[in-house]
Formats: sequence, C-alpha cells, structure tokens
Amino acid sequence: MTKVDHMTALHLAAHDIACRRGDRVLFRGVGFALGPGDALHLAGANGIGKSSLIRILAGLMRPFAGTVERQGAVALVDERLALDGHLPLGRALAFWHRIDGTAPDADDPFGLADLADVPVRYLSTGQKKRAALARLAAAKAPIWLLDEPLNGLDTAWAAQAQAAIEAHRAGGGLVVIASHQPLALAGVKTLAMADHVPLPHGDDAEGDWA
Amino acid sequence: MIARLWPIFRRDLALLLRGAQGRGGAALPLLFFLAVAMLYPFAVGPDARLLGRTGAGVIWVAALLAAILPLDRLVEPDVEAGLFDQWALRGLSEEALLLVRIVAHWISFGVPLLLATPIAAGLLSLDAGQLATVEWGLLLGTPGLAAIGVTIAALTAGLRAGAALGGLLAIPLTVPLLIFGAGSLQPGGEGGLGLLAACSLVALAVAPFAGAAAIRAGRE
Repeated sequence: MTKVDHMTALHLAAHDIACRRGDRVLFRGVGFALGPGDALHLAGANGIGKSSLIRILAGLMRPFAGTVERQGAVALVDERLALDGHLPLGRALAFWHRIDGTAPDADDPFGLADLADVPVRYLSTGQKKRAALARLAAAKAPIWLLDEPLNGLDTAWAAQAQAAIEAHRAGGGLVVIASHQPLALAGVKTLAMADHVPLPHGDDAEGDWA
Repeated sequence: MIARLWPIFRRDLALLLRGAQGRGGAALPLLFFLAVAMLYPFAVGPDARLLGRTGAGVIWVAALLAAILPLDRLVEPDVEAGLFDQWALRGLSEEALLLVRIVAHWISFGVPLLLATPIAAGLLSLDAGQLATVEWGLLLGTPGLAAIGVTIAALTAGLRAGAALGGLLAIPLTVPLLIFGAGSLQPGGEGGLGLLAACSLVALAVAPFAGAAAIRAGRE
C-alpha cells in the first residue's frame, strides 16, 4: 500500500536510552536497531514509559541518556488526532495531504469514504483512530511510530490496521508499535519495557540511605 | 518550505477569522473594541472637548485589551491537538509556524481594528487629524501587539491558568507600544510613531524565536 522511496539508508536505532520524568527514571538501557521491513513491539503496563520512548524516537523529546539514530522521515500516531474538529473529515485530511504533497489512497484502506462529510468531532473513538491511521499513511514516511494504534478499534478494523502495517513493511518501511495488546505481525521483535525499569533500591535511588 | 506553509497560513487565518473549536473569531475583539469606545462617552459625559482630548488614548487602551482577548486560543489548542508535533516531524520549524501565525493573527485582529477605528473616532469626537494619527499608530503598533500576543500564547500553552496568566504577562510587555502610540497624539509627539514602529519591529524579530523555544520546551 505504502510505497517508500530512498530505502537504502533507512534506519532507526536506539543506543542505551534512558528516560527521566521529574525525579523518576522511567527506564534505562533501551537499545535496538531496526532496518527496512522490521517491526518492534514495545510491550509493558501503563505508565512504564512506552509513549515517552515513542516521543524520544520521534525526536520530540530528548532522552535523559543515550542516543537515537534516525535515517528516514517519521510519521507518528498517538492519542492526539491533529485534525481540526470542526472540519469535515475529508477536508481535515486534505490539509495534511496538501502539506505532505500526497493524494488520498484510492482504495481507502481505513473505510473513511463514507465519513468524508462528517465533522471530525462527531466521529467515534474507532473512527478517529482510523482517521489518524489514514493521516499516517498519507505522510508516505518510511518510519512509522505508533502509540497504541489499535485502541478503540473493533476486531475487524484492528486486523485491517495490522494488515496496513504489514503492507507498509512489505513496501520496505519499518514500524515501532507501543501497545499493551498482543500483535499478530510476522516476525515482530518484542521489547519488554519491564526489563528496563531501574530497581527501586538500585543505584538510581540517589543513595538517600543516611 | 513556503509551499508547505501556505496551507497552514490559510488554515490559521480561517480559524482566527471565523472562529471554531472555542475560538471566538475576529468578531469578538472587534465588538469589544467598539463597546469600549461606545461606553467611554457614557462614563465621562458628552463633553466633546474632553472626549477629543482623551478619546485617542482610550482607543489605544481598547486596542491593547482587544489584542489580549484571543490569547488563550491562539496557540494552545494546536499544541493540545498534536498539530505542532506533527509539523515538527515534517521538518517545519516552530519559528516559521509562529511567524505565519503572527501574520494570520494580525490580519484577523489588527486589520478589523484599523477598519473600525473611524467608527470609534466618531463615537469619541476625534477630529480628522487625530484620526489619521491614531490610524498610523495602530497600523505601526498592531503588528507588535500581534507578535507579543503570539509569544505569550506560546509561553502559556499547556499551563492550567494560561488564559489569566497570559493577560497579565501581556500588559507590561505592551506598555511601550501604548506609551509611544498614545504619545504620538500629543502636540509635537509625531516622533512617537517612529519609536512605535521600532518597538513593533523588535517584537516581530524576537517573537518567533521566543515562542518557538517555549513550544519546544513544553514538549519535555
């Protein structure tokens, strides 16, 4: 579905990433390297830092330690829709098509054709998620960062979303998915965030033993 | 870059002019501005000489307060909706985005104010000479007001009491514009217009960078 050019150097790698929110180190020692066709599942409980890691990988947040190497354009889906609520969905998506210089996907993989005239704010949770996925696909970026992309989707659309992810990989793209749900993706690597949470009395406790 | 900023400019302008998603649109500051000009003669009485002497200053105060009205809707909703993040991923700099927004904001509040000023001048018994000076002053000063407004909107985006805080922050920063703008109306004060233009230029030069830094800092 998504054809991506300039595959040659496509690359997303994290080296020994740590993330701190306030006084707390959420995770540390996160590292991986992904190339074309790869998929990485960030797994873990709520609040463990999956969304923060996604934002660090996107370059929107600086890691507390470590580096991110990114070669290729990034498209992101998170809990914020980035579509104007008062606009009909068709026009709200067209805004991003104009910025990205792309055209809407003719085969409408997310079933949005019938919703084109509905103002975005009237869409249901699942419909909004499908709109976000359409905006993602429209960006034609080789790196997809998805924060809970299946939230709010029913079984059929969750399967369709995963099919879109597989098509993106088949086209040479790579994808990182933060999700607490199991994913049915071929050959997906899993990063268990729980393995990277510092021990409560480890060297991060700043030695307030007295 | 310019080709990608054009649809953003058109969107910003449409949102600020028409208003949506809780944004009041251009009508609200304009009506506020005219309401102040209408109320003032009721408060001080219909003495045309008194109105003529003080009315231009009232126009300036009203313009300044009208500029503060839309502050909380200027940047915050788009940060909240993730638009600034999506633009950043596409390599669009916050500086350019905020410059675009300053222009759109100026068109949506500065231009209507310039058009409404003759009406306000009539209500406040200003003579033609004073009206011309006020119009020149507002033409030179409102771009600075727009720049300061967008900067403060970016600074307070994401703060819980952002709306109230924004208004309080804006007042001291806009005082120089008010002093030179109202000062240009004093006999022999035409030099104030040059200083007003200088203040506006400084605000315009600094605003995109200060606002962009604020938006980036807000992501951490």
